[in-house]
Amino acid sequence: MSTFVDEYPTEARVIRMAFWSSFVALTLGAVFGFIQALHRTNVVRVIDSTDYYTVLTGHGVFMVITFSIFFLVGVFQWAVTSSLERGPVDIRFTWSWYGVMSLGTTLVAIPILAGFTDATDMSADVLFTFYAPLQAHPLFYIGLVLFVIGTWLAGADWFLTWWTWKDDHPDERIPLPTFMVLTTMIMWYISTIGVAISILAFLLPWSLGLVDSVNPLLTRTLFWYFGHPVVYFWLMPAYLLWYNVLPKLSGGRLFSDPLARVVFILFILLSTPVGIHHQYLDPGIAEGFKFIVMTNTMFLLLPSFLTAFTVVASIEHGARQRGGEGYFGWLGALPWRDPSFTGMALAGLVFSFGGFTGIVNAGMSLNYLVHNTFWVPGHIHTQVGTAVALTFMAGAYWLVPQVTGNQLASRSVGLFQVVLWFVGIVFMTNAMYRGGLIGIPRRTAEPQYQGFEYEPLVGSIAELDAQVALGGTLLFLSAILFLWNMLLTAFNSGSEPVVDGSLPPALSGPEDSPRILDNLKLWTALALVLILLAYSMPLAGIVQDGGLFGPNVDAFPVFVDAVSTAVDATVRRLPLESIRGLIT
Amino acid sequence: MNIHRYEKLWLVAALVLIVGFIATITYGSVGLGIAMIDDEAETVNPEKLNEHEDFGEPGVKQVGENEYEVYVRAWQFGFDPGSVEAGLDPIEVPANSTVTFYITSEDVIHSFSVVGTNINTMAIPGEVSSVTVEFDEPGEYGILCAEYCGAGHHTMEGKIIVHPEDEYAINGTDVETGNDTTDETEA
Repeated sequence: MSTFVDEYPTEARVIRMAFWSSFVALTLGAVFGFIQALHRTNVVRVIDSTDYYTVLTGHGVFMVITFSIFFLVGVFQWAVTSSLERGPVDIRFTWSWYGVMSLGTTLVAIPILAGFTDATDMSADVLFTFYAPLQAHPLFYIGLVLFVIGTWLAGADWFLTWWTWKDDHPDERIPLPTFMVLTTMIMWYISTIGVAISILAFLLPWSLGLVDSVNPLLTRTLFWYFGHPVVYFWLMPAYLLWYNVLPKLSGGRLFSDPLARVVFILFILLSTPVGIHHQYLDPGIAEGFKFIVMTNTMFLLLPSFLTAFTVVASIEHGARQRGGEGYFGWLGALPWRDPSFTGMALAGLVFSFGGFTGIVNAGMSLNYLVHNTFWVPGHIHTQVGTAVALTFMAGAYWLVPQVTGNQLASRSVGLFQVVLWFVGIVFMTNAMYRGGLIGIPRRTAEPQYQGFEYEPLVGSIAELDAQVALGGTLLFLSAILFLWNMLLTAFNSGSEPVVDGSLPPALSGPEDSPRILDNLKLWTALALVLILLAYSMPLAGIVQDGGLFGPNVDAFPVFVDAVSTAVDATVRRLPLESIRGLIT
Repeated sequence: MNIHRYEKLWLVAALVLIVGFIATITYGSVGLGIAMIDDEAETVNPEKLNEHEDFGEPGVKQVGENEYEVYVRAWQFGFDPGSVEAGLDPIEVPANSTVTFYITSEDVIHSFSVVGTNINTMAIPGEVSSVTVEFDEPGEYGILCAEYCGAGHHTMEGKIIVHPEDEYAINGTDVETGNDTTDETEA
């Protein structure tokens, strides 16, 4: 049986490197996550609380930028190569985007990790949202820009491959995996414009001391212009695996190719003009714009509802092919011993639950209750931390043997690992959700305060803390088992991969859908119109009220700019200076 | 386009659900009057807050029979007024009052989140958030900053005290002296 690595050895090397980079980031992110889970629940505190935010920045950046996006480029390279049955136009170009992404990651990591040592002033304790006027070292911004440019080049590589394929196959429909890659990259190009402007026009010149100040609301809004579509960027490779690989793993075929295309087009159209729903509680943005964004966000549920149907229908079809019967009896006929199947199925289950909590976030008047509370990391850990991460790990059990040519070191450890992740996430996130509802904040080293106490509706704070600490510990163990399994697989040479990499065609194929679905230019143009409608007026208002470069806000802390940033000490608050000095 | 019958049903059901969500949220905003933080308040210069008419001397001001305005400055790492731990006054208002908070930041982005309530807003330098709430019952509330704002973020907290109407001594003309009276009443 010929595997991917035999047919495309050079492409398999790029994919392997992308996966290994991703897993290195996962290692760091997991260690940091473990420290946080124990620290904020006050179970074990191995760091100072002031260093907690360095750990938190590392956890966020390494997990959601490095781990997820490096894995994404690996999956996408595999999807394009295998579905178009051809390699990149020039493999040196492919290596160059991998190189740019790696360089970017390294430059981002240096100032983050430098935050742990006092030997240098360098730091980037700004979390992965880097809201100004909190300022990171210029290297942090330069690294981010390089990383994003690397992904742009990767997208260009896949488009080039597709264009040359199209010359040879003028009348064929775009194969579904490639269609998903191209549409996701269009969404990514459109959405990264926001963060590129934010960094290149404002934050980087400001961190270099070239401009004195920025408009905090403007850079924040530009961040969220990118910040919501980026979650779909993490999610789309998981969707790609659910649509293309999961039906096969369950023994059947994808239910509907046309609906899959519709889903990805809806993501191009709707994932960007919704970013302001992260800013429901921001002053300086009119209520009407928030309302428009709320309705857009609710319609963005549609592609996920459609996905739930198609994926479950495909799995059921597979189960019936395997002899499953009855209304629910078919569930028993599924290959639950296969870690790839079980991991993806559990990830999908958690995703559907997390989706409903997202509806709460999106409901603008409900948002007052949960905004920036522990509820929000509950949501992000069910979605990115499980729907995406667990699907990636399950996907790795299927893909890594194909790109290494080695057999998976241990299927049973893999199965245990994905179930352990599921159990850990249930403990941790249910406590996060409940903690958020009683007002416990997110992103804090010590959610215990002197002047007041929380009033839990059910249970107690100690019980919530215990669940978070236990869940975090199980997740950490699960991550270590996964990484260990991958390491052993990487060195498991001489073995034969026992994975069948072929993907069966959909029950309802692309011939059932109108060709207009493949008209990528049309959907891109429509997406731009929707974005213009959602963003032009709020952005104009923010710039008009607060100025392009802001109302002269000082950076904090300052790295290059020598201008004094001493906070205006008022006479009536003089005694406080000593306290503030102690804290900072 | 060929779509399976069940899938069509699901599509319609999903759309109905989505429209239902939008209707519910719209009712919450319009019917129940839960307004969003918006862009109505004027912008300010965060470097010149001391010269600002209201933020120059933040605190509680009575503006009507049962109506109060509270100007709050958030900073690394406290609320003025509010942060009792930092030696500042708590925010004190009477029960059965309508209170409008005006909140801004003098340094980085913070939040003004009142625990156990849905009073929750960002405090962004240069921008002013205005939130109008009704305090029906006497009681005490904790305020915290829920937006990461620097290494001392977790120490940033404050307090709102809602006094019984007949024990609320200040008449809003001078908050600084008024507070002494209130403290004595409580003691």
